[in-house]
Amino acid sequence: MTAATAALRGGWRPGRGTLVAVLVVVVAGGYLLLRGRATLPHDNDAAAFRMFTDLRDWVDANRDVNPVFLFVVNYLRLGVALLVGSVQALLSGLGWAGLTVTAGALAAVLAGWRIAVLTVAGFLSFGVLGLWAASVDTLALTVSAVLLAVAIGLPLGVLAARSDRVRAVLDPVLDVMQIMPAFAYLAPMTLLFLIGEPASVLATLIYAIPPAIRISALGIRGVSATTVEAATSAGATRRQLLCGVRLPMARRAIVLAVNQTIMMALSMVVITALIDAPGLGQVIIRALERVNVGLAFDAGVAIVVMAIVLDRLTSRAADRADRTTHHPPSGADAARRPPSGAEATGQVPGDAGAGTRWPRLWRRPWPAGVRRRLSWAGAVLAVVVGALVNGGPEFPEAVRWSFAPVVNDVVRWIELTLYPVTDAVKNVLTAGVLNPLQAVLTTSPFWLVLAAVLGLGVVVSGVRAALAGAGALAGIAALGLWQHAMETLATVLLATVLTLLAGVALGVLTAGSDLASRGLRPVLDAAQTMPSFVYLLPAVALFGASRFTAIAASVIYAVPPVARLVERGLRDVPGTVVEAALSAGSTRTQLLWKVRLPVARPALLLAANQGIVMVLAMVVVGGLVGAGALGYDVVAGFAQRSDFGRGFAAGLAIVLLGVLLDRLTQGAGTERKSA
Amino acid sequence: MKRYTAALLTLTLAGCGGVTSGAGDDPDKGPVNIAINAWVGYEANAAVIKHLLEEEMGYQVEEKTLKEEVAWQGFETGEVDVIVENWGHEDLKKTYIEEKKVAVEVGPTGNQGVIGWYVPQWMAEQYPDITDWNNLNKYADLFKTSESGDKGQLLDGDPSFVTNDEALVTNLKLDYKVVYSGSEAALIKAAQAATAQRKPLLFYFYEPQWLFSQESYVRVKLPAWTEGCDADPAKVACDYPDYVLDKIASKKFQDTGGDAYTLVKNFSWTNEDQNLVADYITNQGMSADDAAAKWVAEHESVWKPWIPAA
Repeated sequence: MTAATAALRGGWRPGRGTLVAVLVVVVAGGYLLLRGRATLPHDNDAAAFRMFTDLRDWVDANRDVNPVFLFVVNYLRLGVALLVGSVQALLSGLGWAGLTVTAGALAAVLAGWRIAVLTVAGFLSFGVLGLWAASVDTLALTVSAVLLAVAIGLPLGVLAARSDRVRAVLDPVLDVMQIMPAFAYLAPMTLLFLIGEPASVLATLIYAIPPAIRISALGIRGVSATTVEAATSAGATRRQLLCGVRLPMARRAIVLAVNQTIMMALSMVVITALIDAPGLGQVIIRALERVNVGLAFDAGVAIVVMAIVLDRLTSRAADRADRTTHHPPSGADAARRPPSGAEATGQVPGDAGAGTRWPRLWRRPWPAGVRRRLSWAGAVLAVVVGALVNGGPEFPEAVRWSFAPVVNDVVRWIELTLYPVTDAVKNVLTAGVLNPLQAVLTTSPFWLVLAAVLGLGVVVSGVRAALAGAGALAGIAALGLWQHAMETLATVLLATVLTLLAGVALGVLTAGSDLASRGLRPVLDAAQTMPSFVYLLPAVALFGASRFTAIAASVIYAVPPVARLVERGLRDVPGTVVEAALSAGSTRTQLLWKVRLPVARPALLLAANQGIVMVLAMVVVGGLVGAGALGYDVVAGFAQRSDFGRGFAAGLAIVLLGVLLDRLTQGAGTERKSA
Repeated sequence: MKRYTAALLTLTLAGCGGVTSGAGDDPDKGPVNIAINAWVGYEANAAVIKHLLEEEMGYQVEEKTLKEEVAWQGFETGEVDVIVENWGHEDLKKTYIEEKKVAVEVGPTGNQGVIGWYVPQWMAEQYPDITDWNNLNKYADLFKTSESGDKGQLLDGDPSFVTNDEALVTNLKLDYKVVYSGSEAALIKAAQAATAQRKPLLFYFYEPQWLFSQESYVRVKLPAWTEGCDADPAKVACDYPDYVLDKIASKKFQDTGGDAYTLVKNFSWTNEDQNLVADYITNQGMSADDAAAKWVAEHESVWKPWIPAA
């Protein structure tokens, strides 16, 4: 870690570089002298684990007695069950034809006819894949979770925008919600809300609500002060100010918040299949149990299609909202917080809707008001017709297509032919990098690691960040998970480095060529929204059940947002700077290394920070394919009653690792900007 | 839909009173809730029981895909009525049957469960003496992987599986390290790869399992199991016992399940029966429902006696 950071920073600031070098030498010396002493070996029966398990037993015993459950928790469950039931009844009541037409009509009104065509095609593809019912279930869960997320998130966003104190309280909570691996709160969720849809929707809500809050807060804060002042001096009340000025002007940000919430929710509803949520997740889990990658791939494609349709629909709607207000939220501010909204899922604002052209026919002859009324009328008519046709709850069986046979053949071929190469790569990197790194981290005295983090933090990111990082490490030690956390840290660091290498390479490629950018975009979209369960098994065949399989999965998952951020950073380099360099005789290579990359540094650092958060999100998935350590602890805690405490503690430890890495890298980014 | 109305009803009736965790579920003769644990053998049992309940007896069945332990929790909350293939789980039996009294044993499924250590067929042919644990240390080098360091690797499965492997490795003084794959799918994939790529692999596995209808794996003999040799988990130095797989139901289902409960109680078949249905599901691309229908059509004499007399 220290070496990598030193290398990263060394070139630019000699003074800082020397400090880091001295630190590295001191820590390395300390390690050589004290290796193996004051380590904290793993104990499966740590006090913290027992405490959480006892807590679980208490909840178990008091579920139907304690007033908190009788009057709050159980009501919540009932209410959510009711909501899901209504949405589900509405969606499946329309029948396949009715729902497809309704979705298409909605898309036409909100986002234009191109998106409407995309939407209809997307919905039909669910049926063609033979996954209509499962897709509708997944859609119902997603819609329910998003409705709740917006209903709760928007007011919170308004509050956070208006009050720094609320924001100070919310920020760390939202950080935890986003870094905490979903697996870690699935078990507590079933404890409180039992298995099934309500627990699934609430778990999804926890995961998906942070962008709803953050982006809407950002949008409202972005409303220009002069406009607000003008309204105030015109005598607007606080309420008028909010409903008449702030909310309408932040409309684009709010639609974007919905977009991000949908994307997060979609990736979560698959995982909640593990607590008996219906839908595509179930299909994927069944396919896994049969080791049938092709079958899982079909369901994965359905998820990707659903994500793309909903993304394009909402982001195009956001663009159109923007045209009426001309007030985009400030991108730089949006980018700062690591796991926040747009960047967290790599959907760069505005990147989805390339243009907002309307067909001429609609544009010219009618005034806007009439046009809007006409399109609504048309939509309502279409929905009525669709609902009358209905088509029934199942898509006609005659029209079917499955990727399964092809995918299975391709996967088999890849597994057999690539295996020698991938195995060699794994062995070299494991023996050369991963094992030594892990050995250093696990055999160092724990206080030496703490001191190293503190020292590095102070040099790189300032005292506050250093204290936060060290505090997170101390928390991990207190949870009794030091050993496992150090093992996980080693894996995460290697995965992050590989992610950055791949992400920067792709970002440079796509920033340099519009063709590459357009060609790679669907691939990146798919890599990001395809549930990782789908590609885990081929990865196991290629890399064996090992830490490296987890690394491969994290790289696939984390590269897209990194590549997007790098691309945007490079494209945002002012044309004047590039021109100046060119006229001074720079070659293309020099231009890249000496000008564009250095100028895009803030974006690169943000990409690094983002990459780490994404890689951390995959730690638990790694536990399912032989990576062990914290990921396995979480998986075990979910599967095994007696390990509940360990699993929960491991979930917290992953959050703390996230805090540690985030503070260190984020500090580097901010400091550099102000410098 | 039915549950939705029930939830609505409860919410309106409850007014300002508190509600219990089971509220909203249909109190009287609702559907039969069968837990589905994530392995195909289990699914075969469930599919046949479901088919008979629905097609022969006119019941409605809901399947709930859950991890084993989560399914047991469902007995308490009323979300699960039956588990149709239970592997041991003495601790859970103690908690839910003896202490909480929310579940009952419903007798064996007729299937014999085997747990043990396995190697791929080609290894047993190439190194004939590898199937005796005494020789495992001799071959430890073969099983080295990136995860096991300088020891041999013993690959284990899902955390919920019953295992004594760490204690076995220690107590038998084996030069091996237990590596947890973390899921059944990863374990099976590793086993398949070991055959396809002729990669040495020593792994924890079990029968009945559909993989055996595709490829052969040979069990490694550990010191024979004797009554009580595995009493102290830390000191185990003997093989796994044969498991009599059984069915578990909620107390509520026993009391109110009527004929549906009787069918579950009567259900009993052989490993061959289960492997056949599991083979339909995994290797012949049938859905669980179709596989069950096919088996039921072909084996009337087996299932006829399970149906309670009207």
